Amino acid sequence: MVASRENRNNPGRIPALGLRLLGLIFISILLMYFDNRDSHLDSVRKSIGAAMYPLRVTVDAPVRFWNWIGDSTTSRNRLEQELSRLKAERLLTNARLQKLNALEAENTRLRALLEARNKVRDQVRVAEIMSVDANPFNHSLVIDVGTQDGVFDGQVLVDANGVVGQVIKAGLMTSQAMLITDTDHALPVEVNRNGLRTIVVGTGTIDSLSLPFIVNNADIRVGDLLVTSGLGGTFPSGYPVAIVDSVTRIPQEPYANVTAKPAASLGEVREVMLIFSAAAATAEADDNE
Amino acid sequence: MNRDRTSRRLPIIISLLIGLMLTMMPLPNAIAAFRPDWLALLVIFWAMQLPRTWSVGTAWIIGIVLDVSQGTLLGQHALALCVIAFITVRFHLLMRVFPLPQLTATVFPMLALYQFLLFWINGVAGVNAPAVTYWGPVISGAVLWPVVMMFLSGMRYRTRSGH
Repeated sequence: MVASRENRNNPGRIPALGLRLLGLIFISILLMYFDNRDSHLDSVRKSIGAAMYPLRVTVDAPVRFWNWIGDSTTSRNRLEQELSRLKAERLLTNARLQKLNALEAENTRLRALLEARNKVRDQVRVAEIMSVDANPFNHSLVIDVGTQDGVFDGQVLVDANGVVGQVIKAGLMTSQAMLITDTDHALPVEVNRNGLRTIVVGTGTIDSLSLPFIVNNADIRVGDLLVTSGLGGTFPSGYPVAIVDSVTRIPQEPYANVTAKPAASLGEVREVMLIFSAAAATAEADDNE
Repeated sequence: MNRDRTSRRLPIIISLLIGLMLTMMPLPNAIAAFRPDWLALLVIFWAMQLPRTWSVGTAWIIGIVLDVSQGTLLGQHALALCVIAFITVRFHLLMRVFPLPQLTATVFPMLALYQFLLFWINGVAGVNAPAVTYWGPVISGAVLWPVVMMFLSGMRYRTRSGH
């Protein structure tokens, strides 16, 4: 009664607003707590995410259309040029591949002699990057495949030149992946030249990585190629990650200041390969148990 | 009656879908940090115009959708948006009579509060992001507010959407 009179006197008053706000804040905090701790809320996320699919496709469509226009209006001359370039490239890669097959066979034989575990050739699947920006606080991208294509959390993305990142949220039809340049991303690598093992950490800038744990007297030079070491289990070994582009040794500090440039062109990739490696598959099986 | 109400709600829903798409639209790396919080601007506008049908609850649901689409912590944007909606609904009579420059000056600290809440939650959850990720949207949002405001009020008076 009192409340209704108050309402009549004050037309701007909305009843129980503060109470509703407190309730919602409480629910939000509970949600965030459970979301951060474990993955109980994955199904909620996935079902709302699936409803977002048409929206993502709509956002992606103009860019895709533009690319299609570009592809279908290139001149005959340029197409012929590109065709001959591709033919030459194919010849070259095929020649290299012949050698690779022999080397692979030899490698397996030698590994058998050493009684080491065989390196299995990784299964890959090509995925397209959607022109959709996701999390503003992370370096991330959205790809057009999801759990129905067999994508899982932690799966590795590479492009033609090197490691791009890993899947962090596998949705039903689209998934979100974190780039190796994200500040929260770290990746075990080794120097290809001498096998020096270290960790590469993202800096938050798209074309730079940092190696914070290189001691001052370590053997590392500008131009060294860093490849994944396979330690840690998420990344299969032997994929190129970055090339060292500066080494600053500071005598009074324990660690040198080393930065590297990602091998993959992170800013302009359109297609990536998802790796289904043996190690990752077993890791996933362990998770499911 | 029911269909009438739906057709009146249509502009709101369309504006929200457009806002969500603008939030997901790819931007060049140089200006990506200055993407305004479109949905925060929309929540402020609609909460100011229709405080009875449009209040903390609606803002919270939009926030959850935003959280899913951005892949942030579930509830992060929801919490920040419903706080913004609360402040707007609380002072909507005052804000309606503000001239545009003064209203823009009011929206600026509200956007800053919104980003502060996101920053705070990120801090608790251990997510690092460069400072410009937080400041960029506040500045661009305040700059774009008059445009959004005029566009939406124009649309609203033309279609007489609302109650």
